[in-house]
Amino acid sequence: MAFDITINGKAQKVEARPDTPLLWVLRDHMQLTGTKFGCGIAQCGACTVHLDGKPVRSCVLPLRAIAGKEVVTIEGLQSKEGRAIQAAWEELSVAQCGYCQSGQIMAAAALLADIQEPSDNDIDAAMSGNICRCCTYQRVRHGIKSASKKMNSKVAKSDASIEGAQVV
Amino acid sequence: MQVLRALKLYKSDLSRRDFIKKTVKLGAGLTLAVSLPSAPEALLNPAFLGVSSAENPINAFVSIGLDNSVKVIIKHIDFGQGTFTGLATILAEEMDAAWDQIVCEFAPSDKTRYANLLSGAQMTGGSTAIANSYIQMREAGASARQMLIDAAAAKWDVPREQIIVKQGILSHSNGLNATFGELSQLAAMQPLPEKVSLKDSGNFSLIGKAGLSRKDLGKSDGTAIFTQDFKMDGLMTAVVAHPPRFGATVASFDTKRALGLPGVIEVVEIPSGVAVLADTFWSAIGGRDALDIDWDTSSAMEDGSVELMRRYKEAARGDGAIAKKIGDNLRGFAEADIIVEAEYEFPFLAHASMEPMNCVARLSSEGIEMWYGCQGPTMDQYAVASALDIQPDKVKINTLFAGGSFGRRANKDSDFAVEAALIAKTVKSDSPIKLVWTREDDMRSGYFRPMYFHKMRAGLNAQGKIVAWEHKIIGQSITSGTAFEAKAIKNGVDRSSVEGALELPYDFENVSVQLKTMEAQVPVLWWRSVGSSHTAHAVETFMDQLSHAAGLDPLQFRLMHLGDDQRFAGVLDLVADKADWNNDRSGGRIKGIAVHKSFGTYVAQVADMEETKAGKYCVKKVVCAVDCGLVINPDIVKAQMEGGIGFGLSPTLMSAVTIEKGRVVETNFDSHRVLRMKDMPNIETHIVSSSEPPTGVGEPATPVISPAVANALFAKTQVVQSRLPLNLDV
Ligand code: FES
Ligand code: FES
Repeated sequence: MAFDITINGKAQKVEARPDTPLLWVLRDHMQLTGTKFGCGIAQCGACTVHLDGKPVRSCVLPLRAIAGKEVVTIEGLQSKEGRAIQAAWEELSVAQCGYCQSGQIMAAAALLADIQEPSDNDIDAAMSGNICRCCTYQRVRHGIKSASKKMNSKVAKSDASIEGAQVV
Repeated sequence: MQVLRALKLYKSDLSRRDFIKKTVKLGAGLTLAVSLPSAPEALLNPAFLGVSSAENPINAFVSIGLDNSVKVIIKHIDFGQGTFTGLATILAEEMDAAWDQIVCEFAPSDKTRYANLLSGAQMTGGSTAIANSYIQMREAGASARQMLIDAAAAKWDVPREQIIVKQGILSHSNGLNATFGELSQLAAMQPLPEKVSLKDSGNFSLIGKAGLSRKDLGKSDGTAIFTQDFKMDGLMTAVVAHPPRFGATVASFDTKRALGLPGVIEVVEIPSGVAVLADTFWSAIGGRDALDIDWDTSSAMEDGSVELMRRYKEAARGDGAIAKKIGDNLRGFAEADIIVEAEYEFPFLAHASMEPMNCVARLSSEGIEMWYGCQGPTMDQYAVASALDIQPDKVKINTLFAGGSFGRRANKDSDFAVEAALIAKTVKSDSPIKLVWTREDDMRSGYFRPMYFHKMRAGLNAQGKIVAWEHKIIGQSITSGTAFEAKAIKNGVDRSSVEGALELPYDFENVSVQLKTMEAQVPVLWWRSVGSSHTAHAVETFMDQLSHAAGLDPLQFRLMHLGDDQRFAGVLDLVADKADWNNDRSGGRIKGIAVHKSFGTYVAQVADMEETKAGKYCVKKVVCAVDCGLVINPDIVKAQMEGGIGFGLSPTLMSAVTIEKGRVVETNFDSHRVLRMKDMPNIETHIVSSSEPPTGVGEPATPVISPAVANALFAKTQVVQSRLPLNLDV
């Protein structure tokens, strides 16, 4: 069967069985392999993508359920939160083996889009669905906080400069 | 200046101890004769791994591109522990390359050039990547530097001594200068130097430096290629229906329904089960679900964890093979004022790396070529060759990034590599295949850290000194019946079962360590820190019970029993200081301490716990001190301490594998619980500054955390917990 979905801003036609999980549509049909397979039962978060802006586990999301929706994967992550998270990840060398990190980054970017300055409890709640067997959790936490701080200080700075411009 | 023959240093039969002794003597800043292999044929062949003629191989470990990139060939797999960054740092240091120009690539399978110098085989394990490569990579860098100087001297017609190399640029006071890239072709034509000078460690500018960017790229944007992501034309996905119980085999099967499904290409029987080949993973899974298989369970495992543990406990009543004996325990116990006893039960543990096992294989008339996260190229080459009945050099392995391993990929039977090779051989089509395991396949495959039972007994005299120490270990052997047996098993003792219980930090007068090796049908394997994953827990929690019986502080009790090796005191003092051991118990803080040495690296930790509700505890913070000799990259040392502690916390708090009637009970992350973000304590790492030869950091943090946590709980509750995972709800 053919389905219309939008992946990373591009409208696509996918020919696959309606029960095919989005994860395997991405990986095997679209050749988008940044999204990973870890458990297949929504327990590890390695397959996290954004569906209409919300983080979802693509391994349990059948193709038929996402027709007409917008999917963003790690390859298409362009939001300012996403980029801030990726920059923080590089700066803090968060990744070890890296296999879980696409999922961590997608979950973290969604968290920042939702809550500008997440508390430790917010981070626990939003990120505990993403397993990292290398246990990079401490750096994931720092990465989220550092990205949040940088984004917020940028926002503050650009506000200030606008004010300054008005004074002149 | 002392000159050593490097050849001696590299002999593969040198024991680890010899190696370390010799490298100590080497020191720094001296000239040594080198026996560096030249670049492999494969690298000289432009078609290999995308190497173009624009690249100029200098020696086996480095080639320089006309574009001024310096490619470092990495002989150890990088599954997150940082070999790309670490080994490149060492080479770049001696070459005087700029960090930005360094790129890394995995070495091809070729043990003549890329053997682990401690084992003689090309493999990664035992936290040896840095330890065995330290001098080799320095020589490789220094040798390349010298060839660049030779090239510049010839080109500019100036004496070599007048050439300066800095940050990837060669220059002469007469104003001439050139990049590595510009000189690369000429440099590659210079003869390999017979002697090189190594820097004095005081002149290091990359080694030991914090803040270097990592070289394992593509992990923050999804572009890093793992086996799961590897694509090639015509690649078929293979999934395998494995027996549901250990020891079961295929009796008969019906493929009709499976073959009728769209996308399913072939169904074949292989020794390990029935393989379904399809165009995509989802079609293959559909095909596997549609198989009708009758399993022959006549030789299947009948019992499980409970029955095995019962047998182990019974076996502990008798004596085992002597692993270590000092003095006379009988006399020691007779002299003792107090005798303390303890028992510990350790469950099977799964590696559960984030990327389940998988492997790409392509068979041709030339042999077989494979692509996967390969941890032991040499042993996999031999195993695959013997399965296919071809020569090992006909097995070509290309190493890819792996989503974790923790020991699983260095499989003594090369299980998943052989399975992939046999599928490639058995299918009618000559298309390449990608074997993909699901999480359940991975968990059910076994190769667990063995289950163990420990029984301990010690005697204290009136001064609180330990005068007798008896430690019995009961469990399966990892190496028995494998190619490793000859080296690992001596006088009935498999070293990998008892390591960590033999070289104690403590100097006891009377010691007896015994091992009883048990048979069971469960495939077992080394698991991050191997023997220490259980022995450290037994020794270090028992020490706290003894200190309690002696009425002494656990830190003081340890310090008073330490032997001659001052490095134990070094990490204990550092961790005690940073964790404010002697003072801070404020705010309901509960602390436990433990120390252990594994793979030459000393680690001490203080676990800091909090009572969240009456009788409920959580690990808030861990302070860790590590002495791994000379530090190559402090960020990676810290990352490995953080990761190693987190990894060890899973079995401390929640993970275990149970077997019932030969079947694995926990098959995915719903029932097999592992540490998550909410469970992760804050970890603070402190590194002992040292000029000893560098040792590994991938494993040594893992075994220390469970005794540190158990000791904190014991300090608070005075209840001895004899089973892992611990109960935090006491
Ligand atoms: S693969 Fe989807 S949550 Fe694990
Ligand atoms: S970085 Fe390896 S699983 Fe997260």
